[in-house]
Amino acid sequence: MFNSTGFIALKTIWIKECTRFLRIWVQTLVPPAITMTLYFVIFGSIVGDRIGQMGGFTYMEFIVPGLIMMSVITNSYSNVASSFFSSKFQRNIEEMLVSPVSTNTIIMGYVGGGMARALMVACIVTLVSFLFVDVRFAHVGIIVLTVILTSMIFCLGGLINAVYAKTFDDISIVPTFVLTPMTYLGGVFYSVSLLPDIWQKVSMVNPILYMVNAFRFGFLGVSDVNIGVAIGVLVIFTLVFYGVAYQLLQRGVGIRS
Amino acid sequence: MTKALSIKGLRKVYKGGFEALKGLDLEVEEGDFYALLGPNGAGKSTTIGIISSLVNKTAGEVKVFGYDLDTQLTELKRQIGLVPQEFNFSQFEKVKQIVVNQAGYYGVSREVAYQRAEKYLTQLGLWDKRDQPARALSGGMKRRLMIARALLHEPRLLILDEPTAGVDIELRRSMWDYLQQINQQGITIILTTHYLEEAEHLCRNIGIIDAGQIVENTSMKKLLSTLNTETFIFDVEQAQPDLQLAGFNYRWSDDFTLEVDVDKSAGLNKVFEQLTAHGCQVISMRNKANRLEELFVDLVEKGRK
Repeated sequence: MFNSTGFIALKTIWIKECTRFLRIWVQTLVPPAITMTLYFVIFGSIVGDRIGQMGGFTYMEFIVPGLIMMSVITNSYSNVASSFFSSKFQRNIEEMLVSPVSTNTIIMGYVGGGMARALMVACIVTLVSFLFVDVRFAHVGIIVLTVILTSMIFCLGGLINAVYAKTFDDISIVPTFVLTPMTYLGGVFYSVSLLPDIWQKVSMVNPILYMVNAFRFGFLGVSDVNIGVAIGVLVIFTLVFYGVAYQLLQRGVGIRS
Repeated sequence: MTKALSIKGLRKVYKGGFEALKGLDLEVEEGDFYALLGPNGAGKSTTIGIISSLVNKTAGEVKVFGYDLDTQLTELKRQIGLVPQEFNFSQFEKVKQIVVNQAGYYGVSREVAYQRAEKYLTQLGLWDKRDQPARALSGGMKRRLMIARALLHEPRLLILDEPTAGVDIELRRSMWDYLQQINQQGITIILTTHYLEEAEHLCRNIGIIDAGQIVENTSMKKLLSTLNTETFIFDVEQAQPDLQLAGFNYRWSDDFTLEVDVDKSAGLNKVFEQLTAHGCQVISMRNKANRLEELFVDLVEKGRK
């Protein structure tokens, strides 16, 4: 897919994206650490102590994977959505459009930048969680695979959102009205087995449930869904979102008149 | 010789049905310094947008140094350096980073890109500003930054869309010198501008576009030679309301300012002879308007009739 020219272009976009979020680290890397600390203190320590065990683990242990995943989802999405939309808004996306950079390179550059931020945040949040709980790592391979696929999906989602967005408001609508509810209902704070049958079935159409549970399986070795199915769902979403993003950019939707 | 640019039957219909280009044909020779002029909304920026693949064409053929826009887009893009009308770089990035990144998009290694950045930023007087964010630059510096950025991958065709808009005269002239210099080094240049003096000063050939079509495509010399009449303004010492200038159209714009239309074949001597005979002292004299401006207005009006 890449020759040396394509690789240099990819590296350029990736470095540019990483420089961007590292330059504003106070806005990009610090807030997740603070937010997660609050979650751990309030839900883990204060409320969690009264809840007791969930799925055979302390409540704090149970919510750690979901909270890390929540940070990954939010940061992947917002990084690419805001960066790509800013490029559109300031018109510096034209720097790439006039050059021989391929559509694949543009997507991979932006997604790579978003993933770098998300993985960095995941590491920060994991380190914060060490302060509150003895974190286990049951299946490291599953943890790595899940976090990479999830981050990729939401980076692509952010890119698609930014392609269609016409104002800065447009890139905050999806996180507020779609991602946040789906994340909270995706089993971050509870096991879906606690829900009535009907709501368990409804929960199964929420892709974030599979992400959180695959991730939890990686940490704790337990999951509400079949791990094979969960990984399969992530792979399918990755491919579909990539295909959609490719088609949109190739046709120049929102970026070429 | 391969044409630097060859456009045949180019059409662009925007969403909503507005037809910006109506079968435009245009050819620019390699090494040329070409002016593309036209009133606002004539289709200049759309044409440039299509050549640089920022705008999707509806129909027609575009080739740059023989590379086809439809089938050899990657190679075509390598040939072009674009200086757009509006600032389109990240205001938060540093000057050097902007140009180095642009080179990276063209596959130029970081090492080479840094060397070229020093070369072009120095030539354009921006090397001292290399570590400043773009937003800290003045308007003229931002324009020069866009030229440096467009040159970093060393294109064969440089397209400048109103590069001196809002730039002061001194800086404009230094930019002209620079553009002439790189044109002499072999880079073909296509320029759109509203300063017709700029086109007359810099360009060898000219295309005038109006309502999506080329209404004139010729050499600057030939075009200017078609101008038969020029208007001169004479500032005189004393008002002469009874003055008679036989064989000339003339009018007083105020008591001390006389405008005279002078036919090429008549020459100025006859005007001076008659003014002297009437005892009219001329303090100074100048052209009423840029010569190209008169032709431009004339051609555009003719095209609309």
